[in-house]
Amino acid sequence: MCDQTFLVNVFGSCDKCFKQRALRPVFKKSQQLSYCSTCAEIMATDGLHENETLASLKSEAESLKGKLEEERAKLHDVELHQVAERVEALGQFVMKTRRTLKGHGNKVLCMDWCKDKRRIVSSSQDGKVIVWDSFTTNKEHAVTMPCTWVMACAYAPSGCAIACGGLDNKCSVYPLTFDKNENMAAKKKSVAMHTNYLSACSFTNSDMQILTASGDGTCALWDVESGQLLQSFHGHGADVLCLDLAPSETGNTFVSGGCDKKAMVWDMRSGQCVQAFETHESDINSVRYYPSGDAFASGSDDATCRLYDLRADREVAIYSKESIIFGASSVDFSLSGRLLFAGYNDYTINVWDVLKGARVSILFGHENRVSTLRVSPDGTAFCSGSWDHTLRVWA
Amino acid sequence: MSSGASASALQRLVEQLKLEAGVERIKVSQAAAELQQYCVQNACKDALLVGIPAGSNPFREPRSCALL
Repeated sequence: MCDQTFLVNVFGSCDKCFKQRALRPVFKKSQQLSYCSTCAEIMATDGLHENETLASLKSEAESLKGKLEEERAKLHDVELHQVAERVEALGQFVMKTRRTLKGHGNKVLCMDWCKDKRRIVSSSQDGKVIVWDSFTTNKEHAVTMPCTWVMACAYAPSGCAIACGGLDNKCSVYPLTFDKNENMAAKKKSVAMHTNYLSACSFTNSDMQILTASGDGTCALWDVESGQLLQSFHGHGADVLCLDLAPSETGNTFVSGGCDKKAMVWDMRSGQCVQAFETHESDINSVRYYPSGDAFASGSDDATCRLYDLRADREVAIYSKESIIFGASSVDFSLSGRLLFAGYNDYTINVWDVLKGARVSILFGHENRVSTLRVSPDGTAFCSGSWDHTLRVWA
Repeated sequence: MSSGASASALQRLVEQLKLEAGVERIKVSQAAAELQQYCVQNACKDALLVGIPAGSNPFREPRSCALL
């Protein structure tokens, strides 16, 4: 059963029987406690009166879902593109590949920009993680991971470290050093431990904490120094494929997307899911917050990208075309949020007008699936990574 | 699948749905207007949208050929 398989090993003292057991989060009157599995089962059956059965719980869940949809629909008074009719249409875009980063020996799976708007870290199926200077295309650092399929990599806010992981089920942090005599791999620190592959990782506002997403269906927040699990996030019914942190002004939340077609917004402090959206028809490969933090976009295997507004609590736009039949693997917004760049499995990058819902440009260049895409921190360019072993910087 | 396992999972689902139902929502028209306002306000700073003078985009400036 889903929940039992995806539990992260949080060991401790049960809040009810105080025995040292594997714990899971349990909600009693909206308060989160940690119970061992025995006490959780007892609590579940305790709450059931004679008349209550599994069937009545199921029907309560169904009616709550219906009520939720009703509430959301009540406020759906207009479409985003209708509101945006008065906005000026966008002109022609001239975006070209300005740099091509060659050096990976196999599919590029993930990349991230450094805050200095210049350096890029990328990871690949062959186990290599490379740090590039995107202005000169020089490789500054390279490390070989002990596993293949390094599906996640991230640059630390300070620019002094990188994190990566994949089929090793871990997220490791490597401090970056310019000392030629030092072996980067020697200083490696294992931070996160999941029970399945690592699909995404991101530092929070500092180098001290890392947020991870995993094929085991959970997300988790870790302390880098001690490797301690600070918070775990349970709720996805299948592999979690992506996550994105809210822009710092808007507080401690993040959004995750998974193979269960759901995008979930989490409170980082309590571990609770505060909003969930299930309108995609297939796996959600990528989620990214709108620059203001009030919305987020998602890219999915159902060949659409969608925009969800957090305050209206619903999907407000779909970016799709009949001619686009391949999944979107990666999405990111331009600085103002007007443009949405999406990389697809048909080797192209589509540029969407976020407000009007129309495609404004289609970029060709990669010779295989686009697997990852990020706009630079100052919005002057964006970088895409592909299964064709290269990364391209577009501007 | 024991009935106990389903019961606790369903209870969790019901609790979660109650939480989500209680979220405060605003109208789409207002949310859309605010998204649009953010776009318009920040459009001038968005290099990929409006383009910045060729000299100031480090990726667009002509690179000298290093034939050394």
